[in-house]
Amino acid sequence: MKSFLKYREIWLLAGIVVLIGLISTRFPGFAVPANLRQVFNDTSILMILALGQMVVILTRSIDLSMASNLCFTGMVVAMLNAAHPAIPIPVLIVIALAIGLALGAINGFLVWRLNIPSIVVTLGTLTIYRGATFVVSGGAWVNADQMSSDFINFQRAAFLGLPVLSWIAIIVIALFFLVMTRTQIGRSIHAIGVNPTASVYAGIDVGRTKFIVFCISGMIGGLAGYLWISRYVIASVEVANGYELNIIAACVIGGISIAGGIGSVGGAVLGALFLGIISNALPVINISPFWQMAISGSAIILAVVLNARGERRQGRIILRKAEAA
Amino acid sequence: MTDTPAPRRIPDRLDKPLSSAIFSWEALLVIIAVLIFTVNSFASPYFLDPWSLSDLTFNFTEKGLIALAMALLIISGEIDLSVAAIVALASTMMGMALQAGAGTPVLVAIGVVVGLGCGACNGLLVTRLGLPSIVVTIGTMSLFRGIAFIILGDQAYKGYPESFAFFGQGYVSWVFSFELALFLAAALIYWFLLHRTSFGRRVFAIGNNPVACQFSGVRVDRIKFILFCLTGLMSGIASVLITSRLGSTRPSIAQGYELEAITMVVLGGVSILGGAGSILGVVLAAFIMGLVTFGLGLLNVPGIVMSIFIGLLLIIVIALPIVWRRLREGRFA
Repeated sequence: MKSFLKYREIWLLAGIVVLIGLISTRFPGFAVPANLRQVFNDTSILMILALGQMVVILTRSIDLSMASNLCFTGMVVAMLNAAHPAIPIPVLIVIALAIGLALGAINGFLVWRLNIPSIVVTLGTLTIYRGATFVVSGGAWVNADQMSSDFINFQRAAFLGLPVLSWIAIIVIALFFLVMTRTQIGRSIHAIGVNPTASVYAGIDVGRTKFIVFCISGMIGGLAGYLWISRYVIASVEVANGYELNIIAACVIGGISIAGGIGSVGGAVLGALFLGIISNALPVINISPFWQMAISGSAIILAVVLNARGERRQGRIILRKAEAA
Repeated sequence: MTDTPAPRRIPDRLDKPLSSAIFSWEALLVIIAVLIFTVNSFASPYFLDPWSLSDLTFNFTEKGLIALAMALLIISGEIDLSVAAIVALASTMMGMALQAGAGTPVLVAIGVVVGLGCGACNGLLVTRLGLPSIVVTIGTMSLFRGIAFIILGDQAYKGYPESFAFFGQGYVSWVFSFELALFLAAALIYWFLLHRTSFGRRVFAIGNNPVACQFSGVRVDRIKFILFCLTGLMSGIASVLITSRLGSTRPSIAQGYELEAITMVVLGGVSILGGAGSILGVVLAAFIMGLVTFGLGLLNVPGIVMSIFIGLLLIIVIALPIVWRRLREGRFA
C-alpha cells in the first residue's frame, strides 16, 4: 500500500476526484457519466498535445512552437479542404501529420546538429511558424461554410458510444504508453533526462534521440492542428495563440519535471484532464470564466511545490553541467 | 637580508587583443544594425527623418527596460516568463487607484511597487522553496494576468490624467523622448552594475557554477532574489510607460512581451544557459529589433510577417557563429 501511494499519479487522481466532488456539491449534474464523457472529449486535444510535450521535456528540452505548429498545420489542412473538398479525411490527417513532422524536424535538426538550446530554437520557430501561417493564408480566415461537412463531422461521429475525437485521444495515449514503457526509444528518452552523460556511455545517441522527440512533438502538433480546426471550425492566424504555455502547464501539473527524466504518460493525461475539468466546471458553477487563468496559475504553482519534494536527489546538481559531447 | 618578492599583481581581467574585439558578438550586432539601417534608409524615403527615428525608439524602449533586468537574471541561470503578466497586473492596479481618485505620483508609485512586489513573489518561490524558475514563472504568469482578468474582465480603465501622459508620450528635448532617455539611463546603470561591481561578478559566477559559488561564500539565493526583484521592478516601470503611452488599461495589455524581451536578451549574446553576456549586446539587440520592426512597418509589412524576421534573426544570429566555427574546423556534418 505504501509503495502504491508513492506514485504521484495516484495523488493527482485523488485531487481530481476531490475536485469533481467539490464541483458536484455546487452542481450535481457534473459527475454523471454523460457529462464526464463530454469533459474527456473537450480535453482530448490538450491531452495529446501534453503527451507530445512530455517526451520533449523528459529529455531536458522544451518545445514552445507546438501551438504555432498547430496553427500552421491547421490552416494548411483547412485551405486544402476548402480548395479540394474531395480529398478524403484520412489523407488530410496523414498530410497534417507530415507537415507537423516536417516542422518538428526543423526544430530537432537545429537542436541536434547545431547544438542550439531548444528554448532558443523553439522561441524562434514559435514566431516563424505563426508568421508563416499569415503568409500562406494572406491573413484570410477559413470559415465553417468553406469546410466540407466530412471535414467538420469526422471527429464528431459516434463510434461505440464515444466521438471519434475521444477515440483518437485514447489511441494516442495507448501508443505513447507502449512506446514509453515497452520500447528502447522510450527508455532512452527517460535515460537522457536523468543523466545525459551516463546515457552517452550507455551507447545512447543523445542528439539523435532529441531529434526524434522533436519529430514526435511536431507530428502531435500537426495532428492537433487538424483536430483543433475541425472542432472549432475556424482557421485563422490567431488560433491557439499562447496555448504552448497551457500545454506546458498540463505537463507540470501532471508531475513531469522540467529538469527532465521524471514523468509518465498517466501524469500528462491527468494534468491535462485537471485543467479541462476546471475550464468545463467554471461556467456551470457560476464562476466567471475570467477566473480560469488565475486558478490554473495557482494550480501550476501548487503542483510544482508538491512535486519538488520528490525531485530533490543527491548529486543531481553537480552532474547538471556535465553535458554529453 | 632576504629579498622580499615583488607583490604579484593579478590582473582583474586578461588583456584582450584588438582582434577579439573585432570578432566579438557585439561587433557582429553593430554590423547587422548598420546593415539594417542602411537597407531601411534606401527602402523608404521617410526613414531618415529625425521624427521617424524618434518614433522608432518607442518600439523597443519598454521591452528593452525589461530585457536589461532579464539579462542579469538569465546570466545567473534563471528566467522570468511572468514579466508581461506583471505589466498587466501593475497596470490594472494603477487603473484601480485611478478610479479611487489617485493623482499621477501615486499612480507611478503603485505601478513600481506592484512590479517590485510581484518580482519579490517570484524570487521567494524560487529561492525559498528551491523551485525551477521556468515553471514557477509560468505559474505566476497565469496567476498575475489571471488576477488582472478577474478585476477587469472585458472592461478597460480609461481617463488617465494629463500629467500622467508625459511618461509614455513626453519628450525630454527635441526628438528625444522620455522613454528613450530612461532606457539609456537604465542601460548605463545596468552596465555599471553588471560589469563594474562585485555584485555583477557574482551574477556571472552564479550562472557558471552555483554550487561552487555557494561554497565560496556567495549568497546565491539572496542575489537571485534581488535579481527577481529587479526584473519585477523594471516590469513595473515598463507598465507605467505603456499605460501612459496607451492611456488605457486592458487585462490583455503587453501580451507576448515576455518572449520578445527574452529574444532581445538572447539576440544580445546572453547565453540562455547562464554565465555569459553583456549589457552592450542587449542594448544593441534592442535597437536591432526596433529597426527591423519599424523599417518593415514603413514598407507596410504586417506585424505578423515582421515576427518571421525576428524569429529568423534570432536563430540565424545564434547559428552563424556555430556554423562558422564548424566550417573552420572542417567537421560540419
